[in-house]
Amino acid sequence: MAIRGTEIKIEGLTHRYTPRSPVTFNRVDLVSPPGEALAIIGRSGCGKSTLLHILAGILKPTEGRVLLDGTAIEAPAPRWVMMFQAPHLFPWMTVSQNVGVGLSFGRWSKQETAERVTEAIKLVELEPWADNNVQDLSGGQQQRVALARSLVMEPELLLLDEPFSALDAFTRSSLQKDVRSIAKRKGFNIVFVTHDIDEAVIMGDRAVIMAGSPGNIVHELDIDLPDPRERTDAAVQALRTRLMTMFQEAANYKKPESATLA
Amino acid sequence: MSSATTPAAGGGFYRLAERFGWAVAGIGLVAGVWFLAGLWLAANPTTKTFTAFGLIPTLQAFPELWAAGKIQAAAAASGYRLGMGLLIAIAIGAPIGVLMGRIKWFNNYTNSPFQFLRMISPLAWMPLAVLVFSTWNGSIIFLIAIASVWPVMFATAAGLAKVDPAWFKVARNLGAKPWHMLTKVIMPAIMFDVLSGIRLALGVAWIVLVPAEYLGVTSGLGYAIEDARETLSYNHLTALVVTIGIIGYFLDGILVALIKRASWHRGGVS
Repeated sequence: MAIRGTEIKIEGLTHRYTPRSPVTFNRVDLVSPPGEALAIIGRSGCGKSTLLHILAGILKPTEGRVLLDGTAIEAPAPRWVMMFQAPHLFPWMTVSQNVGVGLSFGRWSKQETAERVTEAIKLVELEPWADNNVQDLSGGQQQRVALARSLVMEPELLLLDEPFSALDAFTRSSLQKDVRSIAKRKGFNIVFVTHDIDEAVIMGDRAVIMAGSPGNIVHELDIDLPDPRERTDAAVQALRTRLMTMFQEAANYKKPESATLA
Repeated sequence: MSSATTPAAGGGFYRLAERFGWAVAGIGLVAGVWFLAGLWLAANPTTKTFTAFGLIPTLQAFPELWAAGKIQAAAAASGYRLGMGLLIAIAIGAPIGVLMGRIKWFNNYTNSPFQFLRMISPLAWMPLAVLVFSTWNGSIIFLIAIASVWPVMFATAAGLAKVDPAWFKVARNLGAKPWHMLTKVIMPAIMFDVLSGIRLALGVAWIVLVPAEYLGVTSGLGYAIEDARETLSYNHLTALVVTIGIIGYFLDGILVALIKRASWHRGGVS
């Protein structure tokens, strides 16, 4: 399963749900280099999930565009795959069938599908449950299936919308490390939305903070830490404190303005 | 992880034996009451004429009817009409049900006329069916179809209304085309409800079939019952009534098994 990253370019992105509804975010510019894990943090309502949905091609921007290595994102595609807050697995399918469902939408041979599904299941360490119905699994295991379902598509960009927020602390911590580790091994980009400052520091190479109404990027912080990262590391704690301070500053942010972050 | 528990083979056999035992006991009770009623009919001079309705004469009629090929011929003719009627009902009801469940304006637009049409007794269409269709078979198939289309349609729509919209979002996100949405998401998601609707439709169709076959046809279980009544062959009449029950019970059993197979609800997946 060879995956490569992609350069993400967000240019002047503006969104409102209907012509009469308020602007969700206004003229957002952002560049993310290939292989980067980018955290988007911010309070509820600042438009970070909407931004992620536009990156996935599920929503269309009102103005502006998103480019992946120069290709505009206009609709969902296997190159950019999104993982949601809840796993949303198909409950009538087994683990293997759920993992391979995206491949069944394309023109993959049976053999290739089987090989890729097996590898993806191995990657998320669910081999013993491959033939079980997904309803037999715990919440954390179901989220792993959702991760494998995304990874099997060999995306260049994996988008995660608070994917571990519903899980217990231990499972969340383990999945955060696993996702980062797999992304780094495979080289694909991650863009993830989170409310959790710890998650941003553990998983990200960089964090951007969105605030205001309409929302925009008001701060960014490079998270230049070695792997593996532990919550108890002094360097992690120090970056966490810095990010928290920025987050609190952003909470008091009033005037919207666009920012170009390269 | 909570893993699925596999019942021990012995436990499964015990449960099957227990269910079989209850079924035999229930049928035995009905047969016992029927037998006693037959004795009472025979013992009473005013009802003695109807002794042939009793259990023993009915059981004796079965080999006679079978040897004459009457049960097989009647069941085949009725089965054809029932099958065609149900097939038409499914072919019309399921797609319209999908549209009702998936498109809000279509549901709003069609709900009142469909509810209105549903409330018309299927047999009330009989004179119209006879006028419109050139064959008796056509009329009967139409009556069965119009009786069974509503349960299929409304069960499909109700099933689709329960489908998690997030499944469509996930499928779209993974590159699903409309055809994949139908075959990989919608159909497996609603199969339980569609089959439950078909089960209800089968019950209604089976009820409509017999009076519909009192029309001008010269084949089928309804016709055979009418014929037995006219020739005063009461034991044949009851044997045919029992045959209807047996076939209906058997068909219902098949659908129950299919519904169990299609059911995926366990309440464990978000």
